[in-house]
Amino acid sequence: MGKLSWSVIPWSQPLPMTASLMLALAGLFILGFITWKRRWPYLWKEWFTSVDHKRVGVMYVMLSLVMLLRGFTDAIMMRTQQALAAGASQGYLPPEHYDQIFSAHGTIMIFFMAMPFMVGLMNFVVPLQLGIRDVAFPVLNSVSFWLTAAGALLVNMSLVIGEFAKTGWLPYPPLSELQFSPGVGVDYYLWALQISGVGSLLSGINLVTTILKTRAPGMTYMRMPVFCWTALASNLLIVAAFPILTATLGMLLLDRYVGTHFFTNAGGGNAMLFFNLIWAWGHPEVYILILPAFGVFSEVIATFSAKTVFGYRSMVLATMAICILSFMVWLHHFFTMGAGADVNGFFGMMTMIIAVPTGVKMFNWLFTLYRGRIRFEVPMLWALGFMVTFVIGGLTGVLLAVPPADFVLHNSLFLVAHFHTVLIGGVLFGGMAGYNYWFPKAFGFSLDRRLGLWSFWCWIVGFYLAFVPLYVLGLLGMTRRLQHYDDLSWQPYLICAAFGAAIIFCGIVTQVAQLIVSIRTRASRRDTNGDPWDGRTLEWSTASPPPTYNYAVLPQVTGRDSFWTAKQGRARDPRGAASHQLDTAGDREKATPVEVPNNSPNGFVTAFFAVVMGFALIWHIWWMAILGSACAALTLLVFGWVPRAQRVL
Amino acid sequence: MPALNAPNEATGPSAQGPAPVEIVVAYGFWIFLLSDIIMFSALFASYAVLSGETAGGPSGKDLFDLRHAAIETLCLLFSSYTCGLGALAIDRRRLLAFYLCAALTLLLGAAFLGLEITEFAGMVAAGAGPTRSAFLSAFFALVGLHGVHVSIGLLWLVFMVAQVAAQGPRDYVLRRLHCFSLFWHALDIIWIALLTLVYLLGSR
Amino acid sequence: MSPEKQPDSAPGKDPDRTAGTIATYTAGLGFALLLTAASFLVGKTGLFWPPGVPVGLAVLAIAQMGVHLVFFLHISTGPDNTNNVLALAFGVLIVGLVVGGSLWIMLHLNANMMPAAAAMEMMH
Repeated sequence: MGKLSWSVIPWSQPLPMTASLMLALAGLFILGFITWKRRWPYLWKEWFTSVDHKRVGVMYVMLSLVMLLRGFTDAIMMRTQQALAAGASQGYLPPEHYDQIFSAHGTIMIFFMAMPFMVGLMNFVVPLQLGIRDVAFPVLNSVSFWLTAAGALLVNMSLVIGEFAKTGWLPYPPLSELQFSPGVGVDYYLWALQISGVGSLLSGINLVTTILKTRAPGMTYMRMPVFCWTALASNLLIVAAFPILTATLGMLLLDRYVGTHFFTNAGGGNAMLFFNLIWAWGHPEVYILILPAFGVFSEVIATFSAKTVFGYRSMVLATMAICILSFMVWLHHFFTMGAGADVNGFFGMMTMIIAVPTGVKMFNWLFTLYRGRIRFEVPMLWALGFMVTFVIGGLTGVLLAVPPADFVLHNSLFLVAHFHTVLIGGVLFGGMAGYNYWFPKAFGFSLDRRLGLWSFWCWIVGFYLAFVPLYVLGLLGMTRRLQHYDDLSWQPYLICAAFGAAIIFCGIVTQVAQLIVSIRTRASRRDTNGDPWDGRTLEWSTASPPPTYNYAVLPQVTGRDSFWTAKQGRARDPRGAASHQLDTAGDREKATPVEVPNNSPNGFVTAFFAVVMGFALIWHIWWMAILGSACAALTLLVFGWVPRAQRVL
Repeated sequence: MPALNAPNEATGPSAQGPAPVEIVVAYGFWIFLLSDIIMFSALFASYAVLSGETAGGPSGKDLFDLRHAAIETLCLLFSSYTCGLGALAIDRRRLLAFYLCAALTLLLGAAFLGLEITEFAGMVAAGAGPTRSAFLSAFFALVGLHGVHVSIGLLWLVFMVAQVAAQGPRDYVLRRLHCFSLFWHALDIIWIALLTLVYLLGSR
Repeated sequence: MSPEKQPDSAPGKDPDRTAGTIATYTAGLGFALLLTAASFLVGKTGLFWPPGVPVGLAVLAIAQMGVHLVFFLHISTGPDNTNNVLALAFGVLIVGLVVGGSLWIMLHLNANMMPAAAAMEMMH
């Protein structure tokens, strides 16, 4: 059984054992609850084997919200440690645990919270907004989700069985090489990401093809909602960038497993090559995350100002400009590595240039708000919070783009505050806005408004309390990832930051409460006409939740914001032939029978074997690894041999 | 009232509603191929950076046999040709011609692989394996990844021939065969880059 | 139906939705063989001006990739092929940025960050 033995479970370490125990209990409780209610057949048939983009999208978002809890637990642990560990005190987390916690925090938040959140929203919304029935490759969609979940599972297994990487969220060599990280931690990280990376790439291919090749009749490119443009740009980036990640992590895996010398100190390896390649992926990755969030805000701001998005054409141009430019700035993540003034200068300038299209978008949102009839619903608050916060994060980014400034601030808490400002203020706020905005469409009832407002205010107040001190500390010279520090003057700031984290915790608690309360009182908040927000785009013309096939008759699109135009037309002339009705009986009568693809266990089974293979490779159990990969390949062949069945609705 | 999917003056070809499934599948596979080429480019970049790091060991000049590389190139090029002829054959439903072309493609592809494996084995036996130096690590990874792709392609072709034999030229089978030919031609394109950058430039 | 009103063609199929003709593939094979021979001539024999060999090989390689794209993969510049060409152009751009950018960056890094001992060796 390779390196696996009973001693790899951290029996003697109270913290991981407590965490594992809690995880195990929570897992057992949920599994037991489902068994007691006899819901396994329902779950299997309606969700796990579903190839419906709406179901897959909801599962992605559920995965990300669960992983948000795990990632945030890591964050609270770090904040409390840093608030305590000043001078004589060592805090409660020894370095080898602290290192795993900050590594897990970053890995989980980026790969298993932010990515699935955005991909889930895009999965759910894009086909509905394009006026079609599903993505281009529905079964592939299910496979993509389950591979992402497989990666998340592997990362969580490392808590109980073995250890996680201590190398940060990007495993820089030579620390991540076998010589300095001989344990299984880095291997857990690498295999989890390789597996979920395949899922992400397949999902990117799926959505690019969907947007470019399968839009509803009449929907030209310039009639697509802005969210679909940002989804296109983001998925083009996924297709272009994730192969680089796969290749680079693959080379590190070869170094660790085969003994090659890509990034080792010996044999002519070049650790700097890793930095170069990983950030050639890493920078597009953050634009992959933020572009869908920008799209969410365009939709939300337009809807809740009762105005069409200002400057549609410039929004589209700005989005595609960001897409291309994001591949021309990656060196700004390692200005200090020594490429020299020419190279640093070029990339510094490109980094400043990429701020321009983002600024264009910001002004367009402002002008959309101007003279609109603004409604302060929960999604709108998240959007307004984003506009303020993201500008601050962007400004600090432009400051860091100046290489001499970056020489002072690189890897300080200033950098940490900058990227959390844009990631939380941009991606997370966007996710929360999208979650509140499209929840009624997905489930047929809206979320409780009061608790939604509370959660927003807790999040934004907590965020500023947690991260403004970090900006100051960065300027005072504190570096990132410190388990302990000697300068006692830093402690008040870190205590304030911990307090901010506690308020964010309240925000998360309120969100959980919001969900529970909303489910319990859903009868009073039913979405009866499919259009709870007086929306502008096509998804609001369907029932809530939409039927499996979305549209009985594919809408004939004649302009932008076509649903809004149809509603105005209907208001003026109730007898008018608006082409966007709800899925009425009349529609269903004149519709030809619709074929929808059957459910498929392909995704679940492939991911299961992927987990077996990954776990076996991590622990060097070679026979199990071969078996797992052979079975995964066999799954592909078996499901490929039998022609895909469809059913008629 | 115009038909639901009919084009109107304002729209172009991609706004006439969802494209036919064979176009959607082929385009999706095309995007996948481009992503695969980007993965190769990351390895190409690594090779270019590390090609001088021989750590005191053998370099390309010492190791590469250009006659060997020429035969490999011809095998792959001709297999691309037979693959193209096979696509023509299945298009015109000439199943016997298709099987013949598929067999030739398989043979030529297998010959390429066999030659490459012997080359690798020889290098490893001479102490010039992937763990010897960064240059060799990059060489084996880059050329090896291409070889892995060729192997997967050959397995795929066997599977497709079996499917044609068992289920006939149904439309989903034809779509997959089309994807296979895209894949196979792309592999030859990557080999051109490999031959030029690794073998021809590396043996100077 | 005029050509621009037809739907796009799939990558790898020509506008008539077929896989081309035997003539196309044979022509492609012929050109590719010629270019391969030329590459070996330039690379292996001493006939070409040595400093120009890398550029010459690159040009021949790009030409041969073009032959494959046009004759085997039926990529053309017609309006029905726009999406396919755009996707290819995007891919080529990214490849160029990744390979070119990495080389530029790594060359500078290696030069600036060379260990002192090796730098001393290089000076003597």
